[in-house]
Amino acid sequence: MNRFPLWKNILVAVVLASGLLYAIPNLFGQDPVIEISGTRGASVSQSLRADIAEALDAAGVQPKRIELEADRLRVRFTEPGQQLKAQDVIARNLPADFTHALTLSSDLPGWLSALGGKPMNLGLDLRGGIHVLIDVDMEAALQKSMELQVASMRTFLREEKLRYLTVKAEGTRVLARFREAGVRDRAMQVAAEEFRGLDFRKIDQDGDFFFLAEVGESEQADIRKQALAQNITTLRNRVNALGVAEPIIQQQGQRRIVVELPGVQDPGKVKDLLSATATLDYRLVAGDPAQALEAERTGRVPPGTRLYHERNGQPILLKRQLIVTGDQMISASSGVDQQSGTPAVFVNLDSKGARRMRNVTTENVGKPMAVVFKEKRTVGRDENGKEIKKWVEEVINVATIREPFGRRFQTTGLDSPGEAHQLAVLLKAGALAAPIDIVEERTIGPSLGQDNIDQGFRSVVVGLALVMVFMGIYYRGFGLVANLALAVNLVLIVAILSILQATLTLPGIAGIVLTVGMAVDANVLIFERIREELRVGSTPQASIHSGYAKAFSTIMDANITTLIAAIVLFAIGSGPVRGFAVTLTIGILTSMFTAIIGTRALVNLVYGGRRIRKLSI
Amino acid sequence: MRLIKSATRIDFMGKRQVALVFSAVLMLVAVGSLVARGLHLGIDFTGGTLIEVGYQADADIPAIRAVLEEDGFAGASVQQFGTARDVLIRLPQLSEEKNKKVSDEVFAQLSRAVDGAVELRRVEFVGPQVGEELTEDGALAVLVALMAILVYVALRFEWRFALGSVIALVHDVTLTVGVFALMQVQFDLPVLAAVLAVIGYSLNDTIVVYDRIRENFRKLRKGSPKEVINTSLNQTLSRTLVTSMTTVLVLLALFFLGGEIIHGFAFALLVGVIIGTYSSIYVASSAALMLGVSKADLMPVEKEGVIDDRP
Repeated sequence: MNRFPLWKNILVAVVLASGLLYAIPNLFGQDPVIEISGTRGASVSQSLRADIAEALDAAGVQPKRIELEADRLRVRFTEPGQQLKAQDVIARNLPADFTHALTLSSDLPGWLSALGGKPMNLGLDLRGGIHVLIDVDMEAALQKSMELQVASMRTFLREEKLRYLTVKAEGTRVLARFREAGVRDRAMQVAAEEFRGLDFRKIDQDGDFFFLAEVGESEQADIRKQALAQNITTLRNRVNALGVAEPIIQQQGQRRIVVELPGVQDPGKVKDLLSATATLDYRLVAGDPAQALEAERTGRVPPGTRLYHERNGQPILLKRQLIVTGDQMISASSGVDQQSGTPAVFVNLDSKGARRMRNVTTENVGKPMAVVFKEKRTVGRDENGKEIKKWVEEVINVATIREPFGRRFQTTGLDSPGEAHQLAVLLKAGALAAPIDIVEERTIGPSLGQDNIDQGFRSVVVGLALVMVFMGIYYRGFGLVANLALAVNLVLIVAILSILQATLTLPGIAGIVLTVGMAVDANVLIFERIREELRVGSTPQASIHSGYAKAFSTIMDANITTLIAAIVLFAIGSGPVRGFAVTLTIGILTSMFTAIIGTRALVNLVYGGRRIRKLSI
Repeated sequence: MRLIKSATRIDFMGKRQVALVFSAVLMLVAVGSLVARGLHLGIDFTGGTLIEVGYQADADIPAIRAVLEEDGFAGASVQQFGTARDVLIRLPQLSEEKNKKVSDEVFAQLSRAVDGAVELRRVEFVGPQVGEELTEDGALAVLVALMAILVYVALRFEWRFALGSVIALVHDVTLTVGVFALMQVQFDLPVLAAVLAVIGYSLNDTIVVYDRIRENFRKLRKGSPKEVINTSLNQTLSRTLVTSMTTVLVLLALFFLGGEIIHGFAFALLVGVIIGTYSSIYVASSAALMLGVSKADLMPVEKEGVIDDRP
């Protein structure tokens, strides 16, 4: 009696062995690492590795190891001081198409990584970093798209030679006004062919003739989806330019984006960069300075021009027509202008922008061209103390077009290398499709992260020890069996968290601690049953058997109901609540295995299949 | 070792009137404090900004307050957090635009005041919209969890048990939250998670007792429902106490060693586990008894059409 079939013993052994195997990576220390990866198709290579090694060697920094992986180069160090020193060296020597980021990575032996072993993913509250929740202004995205619709409707009607009085946007509708009903009818017919996403309707009012083109629900949903997707791409680009290892940028719900940057310690800078809206426009200069002064005095500008100001406050007239805008740039980098020695931004245009730039510069050799820096900036406060934000446009540079150029060119006239760098980052990252608003921020400093790990670890150990002592005293031999199961349970939780690469947070640790308390419950149920059976006079073997059998359904019912609560927590909760739910769920499942099957295997091994007179319980 | 002697015969159900009055009084106090004082909600729910900074020497709280007041953050609450060197600064919800920058500004000012000897340990900013959503989601989570449990227990046991367990859960949640209102301990997101864990825990206890009641109804030939329930409670008493004991042990470890952030969480669970242990004995079982649970309700359903052909 009380013998496990071989397969069950093997099952327990296999689970235990794989649990240990996948929990082991968490024991290895973490090395400070600099990760180098290519952007825009550039990829890391042996020669880059050799270059880096040489540069580090020349600077007297000795890396622990340089690993070449498929898409990245990892430079390992033994201590953070070396990592920081090496960062300078690498930043100076890295070709423009590569980015580098500081991170931590555990140094696993080859066989362990080959088996897929990885340490647990630590949450931001444990490793330090920034969590930002961003709300995308969907109304603005919709409005912007309506403006585009209106513009293309006007162009279309003009090209079709259909005379309209006005075309404007009203909410999600394009409203076109005509003088004659016949023209309206014809316009509506051809426009309906061209703009298939819109629903057209006629309205006659006060002697004027209108058609209404409504953007349908599904079309609106598409616009929203695209705005969100483009914003995510832009934010990802900006984050990548920051050089953060393992950033998380993902959609949450219908209009939110979560950005998590481990290890970043300057929340101000991150927020500025994420919500920045700066861009550059290139325009031709119109008229001379005297005309500009005149325009400023009278407030009247010549047709087709607009009045701008240079950084020193000097007025300047520019043509309204744009040559290229920020979204036609495919890359930008900062550096120093070879001729003047001032900070400069080097820009690469896409093919459409390059063609246009070449045409315009060819026609205008010898004439001045201006670069307009556009940025949304706080300009003051209203009576409620609320900041007023406005697009600030200033001309940062006026230069004479010496010769036609197209794809590549440079912009000078920036204040400092820092500004050049910032502008290059923003240009490279592209513009946001819709304005964003930071609605939640959580920053955890590195020392607090370490404190959280230490305190979490300590409470797990102490909690575990207290329970183990209690169980050992209370149930003696069987208590020890339960203690072993409890230890294995912890190992399994860690192993599963590592395999799933689920993120361990401080509430997650609390979940583990709580599971420790509750995991013994199954064993308490079983042991109490065995005691009861012994009390009514059953033999030890029979008591073990019926103790386990009778407690089984109770354990299942009790755990399933707790599981329901944990799953609801996971489904509905967010952030910290989820971390707790994950470990609680995993803990409930593993504890059922260890408490029911694991302890039984051990009890069977000790007592099974022989005559016994007394149980140590 | 035994906590209690092996075969207790405590007349739990006989004292259910006393327990009823006791619970009713507690509920009144809890609901009363919730109405009168309300919960001291953390910024997770109200929105606002929280900044934790660490100094190298003991922090001079009045000086910090003065620096902040000078710079227009008069509404700030400044207090020690854990150690004498750590300071927690809470700022109420400000105008929308100001909110985003506030943490940077506060930290910059503090850094200036003490020449960089201050370290930014934590910033939490929650916008008003998000706070509202978290409150709604939290309430929704509690409701959905209760509903799901109600359904499961009704299917596995019987509707009287399901109702009894939910009554016990509502009792536990109200009292736990009531303690937070009464003592004005801050109620934040981790505490909400703890309240949900209390639901799970208390339910665990209740189900174990119910399971035994069901078993005894089927097994014991004689005895009124009251006697059967009493027997079941006595049989499970030792398990109930041992499990509560082990859980309380780890919670104490968490409460004293887990750090400030986890404090409220551990406190909520400690309160909840103690209340849950009491309620699984007195509230859940007496509720089932008062709802009129009987032997007939719990006999296994006979399969129709099966003829017992044994002699």
